[in-house]
This record gives sequence, structure tokens and C-alpha cells, in this order.
Amino acid sequence: MTSSLRSNQAVLLAAAAFALLLGGLALAFYWVPQAPLEGFRQRIFYIHVPVALTAYACFGWGAWKALRLLWKRDRRYDLESYTAVHIGVIFGILTLVTGSIWARTSWGVWWSWGERQLVLFLVLFLFYCAYFMLRYSVEPGPRRAQMSAVYALFGVVLIPISFLAIRLAENFIHPVVFSRDVDENLTGSQAATFGVCLAGTLALAAALHVNELRGKRLDERLRELREALA
Amino acid sequence: MTSAEKYVTAAYLVVLAVVLLYVIIYSFRLQRLEREITELAELARRKQVA
Amino acid sequence: MTAPAFPGLSYARDVAALARKDLLLELRSRDTLPAMLLFVVSTLVIFHFALPAGSSDVAAAGLLWVALVFTALLGLTRAFVAEREQRLLDGLVLAPCDRSAIWLAKALSIVAFLLLAEAVALPAFALFFDPVTAPMVAGIILADLGIAAVGTLLAAMAVASRARELLLPLLFLPLAIPIIVGGVGASVADDPGRYLGFLGLYDAVFAILSWATFEYVVTE
Repeated sequence: MTSSLRSNQAVLLAAAAFALLLGGLALAFYWVPQAPLEGFRQRIFYIHVPVALTAYACFGWGAWKALRLLWKRDRRYDLESYTAVHIGVIFGILTLVTGSIWARTSWGVWWSWGERQLVLFLVLFLFYCAYFMLRYSVEPGPRRAQMSAVYALFGVVLIPISFLAIRLAENFIHPVVFSRDVDENLTGSQAATFGVCLAGTLALAAALHVNELRGKRLDERLRELREALA
Repeated sequence: MTSAEKYVTAAYLVVLAVVLLYVIIYSFRLQRLEREITELAELARRKQVA
Repeated sequence: MTAPAFPGLSYARDVAALARKDLLLELRSRDTLPAMLLFVVSTLVIFHFALPAGSSDVAAAGLLWVALVFTALLGLTRAFVAEREQRLLDGLVLAPCDRSAIWLAKALSIVAFLLLAEAVALPAFALFFDPVTAPMVAGIILADLGIAAVGTLLAAMAVASRARELLLPLLFLPLAIPIIVGGVGASVADDPGRYLGFLGLYDAVFAILSWATFEYVVTE
């Protein structure tokens, strides 16, 4: 891919993200009818869940690139895997914050161990923070790339296992499980709004990913240039 | 604004704020890159002259 | 040396030789295991003072698992130290054996260490707190396998880093959370079978993953 094509791709993604998110925001606030049971606070759903799903997608993408790195032993995948995880962590933090806000407005507390998604994200957050600690304490090189890739694979396997663990833990930990008055199935308009918001956050993550990748590769090329000229 | 409205808006604003922060950090990085490129171009020109 | 009848046999021979080396080394130096024993008993005593008066008995069972995980961390931190100090890891990696054999051998010796430490910790726990139940023991054995499998790989990563001993707990603890859930569940819940099954799942999944990826952690 020539660089002009790639920069076009980046601009397109950013534009798509902008349009989808703006549209989704408008839908979520003005179009979708008020949820009868939950009230206005239900609208956080349209930002919290898409952000969470996007975080999972980023971790999955990072793990996929990690697998490619180990398979092909091509170091180019290291940067792609790393930026995917990096963006996944950003979205993970956003998930925790929006989830916490939602908990606060629903039940008056900033944290609830009964919220499985929140607890899962906390565990994953700890795990992927350790990913960065690992990367920062190893010299750059093929060794670091391979170790990061293996760790990213462990992360993606940890997601379902942790979720199972959290579910099992509820039997004997007895968290104070607040119940949310949830209107069970998504109506048509709700699903449509959710879809637009989800597409928007995914596009945003992709745009950020592409941009960060470009920035980091530029860094690499500049370093090579500097060494060549020195 | 009811309390629920305040919290919902806060949630959306947090997402916006984080993304904007990212963009700002990025523009600083691009500034640095531009500076490095001008430095390197200068270095290259000097080598060519020499 | 003639080629063995089955290819698996030479692999098993490598694993046995490496595991024997680790165990003999520990037998002679006697530094890791006594530290683990003392650590776990001291921790149990601390728990007595840390648990407020009204605490339930099950709280103690939960804390036992915390003690076991941190004792395991102590042992794991030492897992590759000898190799690093003698630069033996490079030599092992250059040896014509499957790299995953190194992982298997090290994990087996870690399991041995953990079982020995628990042979002391469990009677101490029964003495200080509550009787030890069969599901608890089963859970401990299954947890040991999982801890050793994952811990050995992570210890190899930590040893290659600058942060060394600091890094291993950070890498290990998030992965230890499901083990704690499984173990405590097996110890206190009414239907321990579910939790033991979960521990088995964890062991199987992470053992396969660790076995398959260990090579990439120790080579360039």
C-alpha cells in the first residue's frame, strides 16, 4: 500500500468515526424513546456497552496480530499488536469510568462487585497494565516482541476464563447485587441506536489504531535515518 | 437538569474528553516529529555539501 | 546414544533429566523450600492476628489461598534464578532438546516444591484454624498444576527483564485470580465439584498454551 492510500484510509476512518459517533449521539439523546422502567439514565447504555465491546475487539485484534507474529516471525506485527493493546486499554479505562458513572446514577455507589462486566474489566485492566510493565522492562528487540505476543495471547484466553471465574465467585462471595430495572429486550429503535454507536466506537478505535501505527512507524524510520546520517 | 441527566452527560463527556486528550498528545508528538525531520534534513544537506 | 523407539521417549528423558537437576540442586542448596515453609507458616500466624474477632471460619479458608498463592510466588521467583546466574538458560536453550521440555521439567519441579510446602501448610492451617476438607485438598492439587504451568512461563519472562523479581507478581496475580476463585470455591462452597471442574479447565487451557508458547519466550 502506498503511503497516500494509507493516509486516505486514515482520513476515511476518522471521518466515518466522526459521523457515526455524532449521529449515534444524536440518536441516543433525541430520537430513542425514553426507557419506561429505567428512565433517562438508561441512555448511558449507548456509550458504555459499545466502548466495552470495542475494548474486547482491540484486545482480540492485538492477540490476532500477536499470533501472526509468532507464526510468521515477522517483527512488523509487534507494533500492530502493541498499539491494538494500547488502544484497548484506553477503551478499557473508559469502560470502567462510564460503568462506574452508570452504577453511581443507578444505585448511588461508584463501584459494585456484582457488576460482572465491571469486575471483568478490572481484572483485564490489571493484566494489560502488566503488559506495559513487561514491555518497558525488556530491551527492544525480537525477544521483547515475542514475549509481548505470548502475553497478549494469554490475555485473550484470560477473558472467558475470568468471566467464568467471576460468575462462579458470586456463589460464595455474595456481593450486594443491585438489580437494575431493565427493560429486557431491545426495541427496534434501541437496537438501531446501539448499532450506530457501536459502529462509531469501532471506527474510532480503528482510526486511533491506524494513526498511532503511522506515528510509531514514522518514529522507526526517523531513527534509522538518523543512524544512517550520523 | 435532573441528576440522572447530569450523570449521563458526564459519561459521554468523559469519552469525548479522553479522545480529545489523545488528539492533543498526538499533535505534540507530530510537532516533535516535524522538528526531527527538519534536523535530519539539515544534517543531510550538510553531508551533501561536505 | 541410539535413537529411542518412540520420539516421545527422548522428550520424556529430557524432561526427567532436567527435573532431576532442579530437585537435586534444591536438595543440596536448600534455600528455596525452607523459605517457602517458613513464609507460609508465618503468614498463617499473621492471619490469626489480621482476622477480627467476628470473622467467620470461612474467611480463614479464603486467606489460606492467599497464603498459598504468595508462597508460590516466592518459589517461582527463584525458579530461573540459578539458571540466570550461571547463564545456564542460554546453554539449555542451545541444547538439542525441545524447549518446551525445559518448561515441563521446571513446572514439575515447582509442583513438587508446592506440594512439599503444602504438606506443612495444611497441618498448620488445621491446627490454627479449621479442619482441612477433601475438596480443599483436591482444589490445592489442581491449583498447584495451574500455578506451576503459568508461573513457570511468566518466571522465564521476568528473568529476561530488567525488573526481575518485581515483575513476576505483576504478571502472575491477574492470572491467579481464577485459581483463587476455583480454590476458595472448592474449599467453602456446597458443590465443590463445579469449582474443581473449573480448576481443571484452567489447568488444561493454560498448560497447553504455556507448553506451546514457551519456546518463543526463551529464544530470539
